Amino acid sequence: MSQTTSLPVGREAVLEKGWWKAYQFLILRRISQVFFLGIFLLGPWAGIWWVKGNLASSLTFDILPLTDPFVLLQGMLAQHWPEMTAIIGALIVGVAYALIGGRVYCSWVCPINPVTDTAHWLHDKLGFAKGWQPKRNTRYWVLGMVLAVSALTGSIAWELVNPISMLHRGLIFGMGFAWTFVLAVFVFDLVVSRRGWCGHLCPVGAFYGLLGKGSILRVSATKRAECDDCMDCFAVCPEMHVITPALRGADADTPIILSSDCTNCGRCIDVCAPDVFTFTTRFDETPAPARAERRNTKRQPEASRAA
Amino acid sequence: MSSANRNTTPVNRRRFLQDAARVAGACAVGGMALTKLATDARALPAQALRPPGALPEEHFLAACIRCGLCVRDCPYDTLKLAELGLDGAATGTPFFTARDVPCEMCEDIPCVVACPTGALDHDLTNIDDSRMGLAVLIDEEKCLNALGLRCDVCYRVCPVIDKAITLELSHNQRSGAHAIFMPVVHSDHCTGCGKCEKSCVLPGEAAIKVLPIRVATADAADHYRLGWEEDTPLVDELIDLPDRLPGPGTDNLVAPGGYLPEGMPDPSMEGGFAPSYGLPGIGGAGQ
Repeated sequence: MSQTTSLPVGREAVLEKGWWKAYQFLILRRISQVFFLGIFLLGPWAGIWWVKGNLASSLTFDILPLTDPFVLLQGMLAQHWPEMTAIIGALIVGVAYALIGGRVYCSWVCPINPVTDTAHWLHDKLGFAKGWQPKRNTRYWVLGMVLAVSALTGSIAWELVNPISMLHRGLIFGMGFAWTFVLAVFVFDLVVSRRGWCGHLCPVGAFYGLLGKGSILRVSATKRAECDDCMDCFAVCPEMHVITPALRGADADTPIILSSDCTNCGRCIDVCAPDVFTFTTRFDETPAPARAERRNTKRQPEASRAA
Repeated sequence: MSSANRNTTPVNRRRFLQDAARVAGACAVGGMALTKLATDARALPAQALRPPGALPEEHFLAACIRCGLCVRDCPYDTLKLAELGLDGAATGTPFFTARDVPCEMCEDIPCVVACPTGALDHDLTNIDDSRMGLAVLIDEEKCLNALGLRCDVCYRVCPVIDKAITLELSHNQRSGAHAIFMPVVHSDHCTGCGKCEKSCVLPGEAAIKVLPIRVATADAADHYRLGWEEDTPLVDELIDLPDRLPGPGTDNLVAPGGYLPEGMPDPSMEGGFAPSYGLPGIGGAGQ
């Protein structure tokens, strides 16, 4: 084990790149999350009605409609053809996420993300076992189940339980006992399944993942040759299986993380001391030689165990 | 799962099928729970009224995305989004309670205009056409007007005064010398705004309440024909009943007088009529 692996996760990055560079995307992400909740709260809390509504559908500056395409899709399957406002709103949101990455919603906007991130932080602090880890495609089964129930019952099924809307709508319009759903997700992630909710089950994340399958904005392990196997990126990544094909790929393999599970959170860029990762586009053709063969063979078993 | 797809040895195929069966089973159980929730969510309490133009409840839950834009554009803070565990309506859907804040029936209906999905029907442009519910004088034992007093508040606050609620005069049997001004609601004009329920002077619950249409109305008795409401006569023209001639039989319509004229159908054939008993006087087995 090298010197760097013995350091706490992210410590080496702070030492080499400075505090800001080692935390910038985490901080930007938190700012973004606060921003997207805050602009909705400005109205009810401060009387500044720039944005009305909630994440399901909103109206910004009385002109820009935005609608959650997943909610609208359920409504359509429940046999309601919506008014044009909602369709335009869903198209705007859909096209935006299709370009910048569907799961950007998960890491930069969704108010449940800080909840599950906190659960994960506490999970690490308490040294719990990773617990139940559902199969990677479980979320697509859940997504299919939700769409099927919507069609069968003629109602927008996921909104009956969706912890995202429970929290977001609760904060903006009144919580009632909706916090129990948020607490349930927190406890689930803390003691039942590490990174379980966002990483394995949430059908909203599954939907946005599929939406952003061909997205332009991507993280790339461009300087993968400089990887020193510290494993910090795997430790911070909420979907760590997306890293391996890019980082451990051969010369011919693309260094771009193309998995639709990647949330573009940028945390891997933060914690990497040699700056292996960077944001780029999926069309980036910059040559990225693989890491030297001997290190590859030497580290492989350890890497797969950690992943 | 992807590893199972890549490698198709029997063990991995079995593993794949097992995993698929397991997750499918779990989803089926979860789906059933969600279906139960979706079915329960339709049980809208009678006191929770939907905004103007709301689609029928079972269709409303397919259309309403619970964004609250109708709530934001309601100038009187009438509408609220249902909170889990506190309000009976499906969580996050808009409703109002007439006794707390009734609908003020804005002419431009801003809540309907704000609805992005049409869960509040955009075809509703005249607020007088809205049917949020139907007022029902539900407690005639406590209603002051029904007791022979002159309260009249529900009648006076009604935005569709003298159409949705009228005062019907009748004799006061108790005093023998006065009139009772009974408030009567007419469903063809009542919008269900709830101003009557809000204003009822009784403490606590109101004597007149706005109920959902489905609770407040019955189905018409279509199997009865109301002759006084129909412009067409019940029968097209006079029916020419057969003349009954004197004769031995009394029920024999085919052969009046008890004999068969030439050319008449035989009573035993189809279209003929034969009594089930023998007739006296024509040599039958009767008597």
